[in-house]
Amino acid sequence: MSGMLGMVNYWAVIVLMMVGFYTLIARGNLVKKLIGLNIFQTAVIMMYVSFGKITGATAPILIQSGDHGGGGAEHVVYSNPIPHVLMLTAIVVGVATLSVGLSLVVRINEAYGTVDEDEINRKDNGL
Amino acid sequence: MDDRVILRVGAKILIPFILIFALYVQFHGDYGPGGGFQAGVIFAAAFVLYALIYGLGNVVRVLPPKAAYVCGALGVSIFVGVGFVTMALGGGFLDYGVLAHDPAHGQHYGILGVELGVLITVFGVMVALFYAFAGRRRIEP
Amino acid sequence: MTGVVTAVLFAMLAITGIAVTRMRDLFAAVMLAGIYSLVSAGLFVVMDAVDVAFTEAAVGAGISTVLMLGALALVGHKEAEPKRRPVLPLFVVVLTGGILVYGTSQIPPFGAPDNPAHLHVAPYYLEESDHDMGHIPNVVTSVLASYRGYDTMGETAVIFTAMVGVLLLLARGPLPRRVFHQGEWITVRPGTTREELEATLHEGDTEEAHDG
Repeated sequence: MSGMLGMVNYWAVIVLMMVGFYTLIARGNLVKKLIGLNIFQTAVIMMYVSFGKITGATAPILIQSGDHGGGGAEHVVYSNPIPHVLMLTAIVVGVATLSVGLSLVVRINEAYGTVDEDEINRKDNGL
Repeated sequence: MDDRVILRVGAKILIPFILIFALYVQFHGDYGPGGGFQAGVIFAAAFVLYALIYGLGNVVRVLPPKAAYVCGALGVSIFVGVGFVTMALGGGFLDYGVLAHDPAHGQHYGILGVELGVLITVFGVMVALFYAFAGRRRIEP
Repeated sequence: MTGVVTAVLFAMLAITGIAVTRMRDLFAAVMLAGIYSLVSAGLFVVMDAVDVAFTEAAVGAGISTVLMLGALALVGHKEAEPKRRPVLPLFVVVLTGGILVYGTSQIPPFGAPDNPAHLHVAPYYLEESDHDMGHIPNVVTSVLASYRGYDTMGETAVIFTAMVGVLLLLARGPLPRRVFHQGEWITVRPGTTREELEATLHEGDTEEAHDG
């Protein structure tokens, strides 16, 4: 894992990030924008989790010395748990913010009768 | 709605196991993947499933919206309350070591209480969010 | 072997993401977004983040899909045809992606055990957790609830605040004094509920609804 090969993972995450970003800025429908934001968010989480990965390591759940027929527990390498902790809470906060966004969209729909950005702008300026 | 027997019976069989699984995730969180956040969401998913199959009117009789709001606030209070208890016992805020004679045991109790607070908040908030969206009628423009 | 699994999962994620972008029917897009979350949960397992994968599968694929479907039932599930060619967004996205790819040349390689991120706090947590916490093998739990309990308390408060926000926006109850309805501000009497306002609005332009 060196040079180009070590970066492919990050590049794949960036591609996903940009797919979400494109949905966010190119589509006019507000619900679609929120879906795009969700994809973007998942990609960012993936980026953080990638930073915590160590090749050949295992999940950060400590193996007790008695668990596997004794021995070897000292030589196990664990991945970095800190990104996992931060991203775990970020996912739950993400769904909370998503719901606030969706409720705003619902209220916009009730006020304007549409959730399309262009339509809303036209109604605002045409009044 | 009346003739969807498979859905109704299937949901009735599944819901108790979903609730038990949520509790397993909660209390096994120390030893394997899991914890308050996941358990709260799974616990709420059982109620969401019940609402989807049997209608919002029935699930509101089991768990009124007010109860969900109270859960959302209660969990945060438990979390902060654990912090104040540790302060009262002479430690720092959220310093669980003072909860028992052996600091490691104190950590155990503290983590248990905090995870319980997270479970209750996440459960209450998720159910309240679902009620808020499902309880609203569509207004035709 | 892990590389192959990762590559396949990334390919599936990219296909699902592009399908979500192109899909005109929002119902299908929401379901595909759920699938995207589930596949990314698989990817998290490959990257050793089992707790994150669990949360993503429960929250991303479960609850957020349900919430989005609930919102779609209220706003309709047809997306309008795009009116112009998305040249500018495409340019912005390609530019941003290019800058980010350029930025990766400065960050340490994927999976190397001597990356700076793995050298400072994480080893302490992994080595001392067993001693500090007693028998709690899951380091993620001990960091989440104890070492970084302040963080988690903040996050819990954030989701509580989100609930309050959603309830302020969506819950039933008396309306505020001024209501923005279909492009104009309407003054209502204190204590009016949504149902009463809708009833008066549907009757026509009566004095009660427009007394401001």
